Amino acid sequence: MRTSRKQDEPLICQQLVELVSDYLDGSLREQDREKVEAHLAVCDACTGYVEQVRRMLRLTKGLAIDTLPPERVSRLIDVFRANMER
Amino acid sequence: MVSRIDEADLLARLRSGDESAFHNLVIELSGGMLRMAASYGLTPTAAEDAVQETWIVVITRLSSFEGRSALSTWIYSILINTARRSGSRERRAIPFSSAWRDEQAPAVAAERFHNSRSEGAAGTWSSTVDRWDQQPTARLESAEVRAVIDAAIDALPARQREVIISRDILDMDTEEACVALGLSAGNLRVLLHRARSRVRQALETYFAEEVVL
Repeated sequence: MRTSRKQDEPLICQQLVELVSDYLDGSLREQDREKVEAHLAVCDACTGYVEQVRRMLRLTKGLAIDTLPPERVSRLIDVFRANMER
Repeated sequence: MVSRIDEADLLARLRSGDESAFHNLVIELSGGMLRMAASYGLTPTAAEDAVQETWIVVITRLSSFEGRSALSTWIYSILINTARRSGSRERRAIPFSSAWRDEQAPAVAAERFHNSRSEGAAGTWSSTVDRWDQQPTARLESAEVRAVIDAAIDALPARQREVIISRDILDMDTEEACVALGLSAGNLRVLLHRARSRVRQALETYFAEEVVL
């Protein structure tokens, strides 16, 4: 069950964790971003949570990516050439 | 991703039959395309087939590409449609109702927070947040930890998986990902939030079990 959030009240931890993704993407409204930062200034547990998501994002960006085998690339160049010659 | 000015130049070169421009584009994008294709449950060979099929469609439709989106976004949207079709033959679709329930689930289990019946203030953490993120970088960047992240992403519901791969692995911006996946910005944000929460949780579980062992 989600905890409802009133506009003028400070955030509690359970509400903050629902805003972390948008916070790190810079897509929160100004008012919500200020509330998140005010909460993080006084809450070590939520600061730790945010740092974990931030770290997870850095690790995800570094995941290995395969390459297309050279014979497949050569085949595509052949198709590209044949299509252009038409 | 290339800038719009560079892209106009690239498009002109491709349309004039510049093989080295095409070759460079294939090399630049195919790795990410393979990663995306594989996420639909395709075998490595089937993922390569989907990527190859996509490039052939790109070649044949290049002259009619209108430039309404970035070239790479257009290529990814073709790939995603191709991989979805191939993937649906190999991977059973998750019923809509369970996918919807998942998207309503909280980022962190309610049990991790005090409720109105417990001693602490309701909605505050009831247990400590173990700082696995402070482990040495070499440990965090190990193949084992990467495998945990890969497995967590593969286990996500399809729409969350598409979104986290697009945004966080392939580094598309929100607009590109929305166009490639056919999602509104609002939906994309919700799906991305859920996906990231699940992957973070998988890492927490992995490091917690490691301590016990």
